Amino acid sequence: MVEYSKKVMDNFFRPKNMGEIKEADGVGKVGNKVCGDIMYIYIKVEKKENKEYIKEIKFKTLGCAAAIATSSIITEIAKGKTIEDAKKITKEDVAEQLGGLPPIKMHCSNLSS
Amino acid sequence: MKKIYLDYAATTPVSEKVYEKMNPFFSDCYGNPSSLHSQGRKAKEAVEKTRKNIKNKLNAKKHKLVFTSGGTESNNLAIKGLAYKNPSKKHIITTKIEHDCVLNTCKWLEKQGYEITYLSVDEEGFVNLEELEKNIKKETLLVSIIHANNEIGTIQDLKKISQICHQKGTILHSDACQSFTKVPIDVIEEDIDLLTINAHKIYGPKGVGALLIKDYLNVEPLFHGGHHEEGIRSGTLNVSGIVGFGEAINEISLKNIEHMTKLRNKMIKELKNIKDVRINGSLEKRLCNNINVTFKDAEGESIVLHLDNRGIFASTGSACSSNTLKSSHVLSAIGLKQEDSHGSVRFSLGKETTEEDIDYVITNIKETISLLREMNPL
Ligand SMILES: Cc1ncc(COP(=O)(O)O)c(C=O)c1O
Ligand code: FES
Repeated sequence: MVEYSKKVMDNFFRPKNMGEIKEADGVGKVGNKVCGDIMYIYIKVEKKENKEYIKEIKFKTLGCAAAIATSSIITEIAKGKTIEDAKKITKEDVAEQLGGLPPIKMHCSNLSS
Repeated sequence: MKKIYLDYAATTPVSEKVYEKMNPFFSDCYGNPSSLHSQGRKAKEAVEKTRKNIKNKLNAKKHKLVFTSGGTESNNLAIKGLAYKNPSKKHIITTKIEHDCVLNTCKWLEKQGYEITYLSVDEEGFVNLEELEKNIKKETLLVSIIHANNEIGTIQDLKKISQICHQKGTILHSDACQSFTKVPIDVIEEDIDLLTINAHKIYGPKGVGALLIKDYLNVEPLFHGGHHEEGIRSGTLNVSGIVGFGEAINEISLKNIEHMTKLRNKMIKELKNIKDVRINGSLEKRLCNNINVTFKDAEGESIVLHLDNRGIFASTGSACSSNTLKSSHVLSAIGLKQEDSHGSVRFSLGKETTEEDIDYVITNIKETISLLREMNPL
């Protein structure tokens, strides 16, 4: 069994923003060829001063603990950001926020970037 | 919180009785069995008595028993030891569902120029006997087939397998780490040439095992040294471990086996009530303590970690938990698709497991699965 940080486990057991947005403005779908895990991210966008902000964000994921924790944290990071800024989030940002991921699990954070 | 260990196939606790038997051999009767003085002789006596008891248990009248550091070493010694001794025969037959220590030994020999045949199995995990027979040729040194599979619990018919091997003039080795003391084995009746067993699956200590070798067969040692174990396995004997092993062979009684079988059947029955579930392995010829289940639309590591959080200890061979990310070779061999073997979990019972444990586990499995399925985007 690989070892996870406390932050990963917290996000795995108590994921933030889990669920679906019924009338989403956008749905991001990613699958992972390595292991067959799947993540959907739903967003609702709001326009303010000519910029588009992520007003609401939710996820649904079928996958390992790292995939679920990653999904949870990405929604936390992206929430409230402009679409432009959200696009700049990298898998390293996600892994850092999670207190690191085991090397073999770095691909799980790929799901999110 | 309740703690329910359901990973006895990975290892068992050392029983109190075994522990007590081992105890004097640490600081009281600590002599080296090779020493001539009475302290040494006492240790040797304990080792030899154990050797006799284990041989009796298996009816090994025509075999020598070599103590090793466990199942991994015994399997390596059987396969490589035989290969080194018989360099003219360069073909080995095994199966796709062996433990890694057999598979990787064979893969290594493959790199040294050996031809290895990996027999396929049917959807319950049984070796195809016709395929076995067809593949044995003059150069076949050895057939190595696991007795009871560690992941799915399927028990092979060793008697039929050995008949085929011997009719066609080759040798049979079997890894019986999971079946020893849970399934009766008689190495004369079933005519098994080499047999691997170990202690830590049967309430004995870790790091002790044995290889039974037919009297007239020779294996090249893996370790060279001070001529212990008739020169087959050098190294000062692990006296306390061996004594513990000898005591452990009496730990699982017929009553325990009946008890585990009953609970296993109960658990399988209740698991089948959950939607989209598949039980892997044979339902009839199955280890009394093994349950291997696939939950569609849930992932194994997530299941095991949620259960762990609720005090239940199970195991997964799924991609996301192992260190290789490859899904279980055993589940692939019985025809599971990659995504299905992902949602597979193994529960293995012990003689301590109770009916209430199973009820508690089932309740928690149901909650965990519905939680994870709710998260599934599909
Ligand atoms: C079928 C089988 N063979 C071999 C082994 C390896 O035995 P050991 O851990 O004693 O090296 C195990 C268990 O780990 C096993 O289940
Ligand atoms: S191992 Fe599949 S995403 Fe983690």
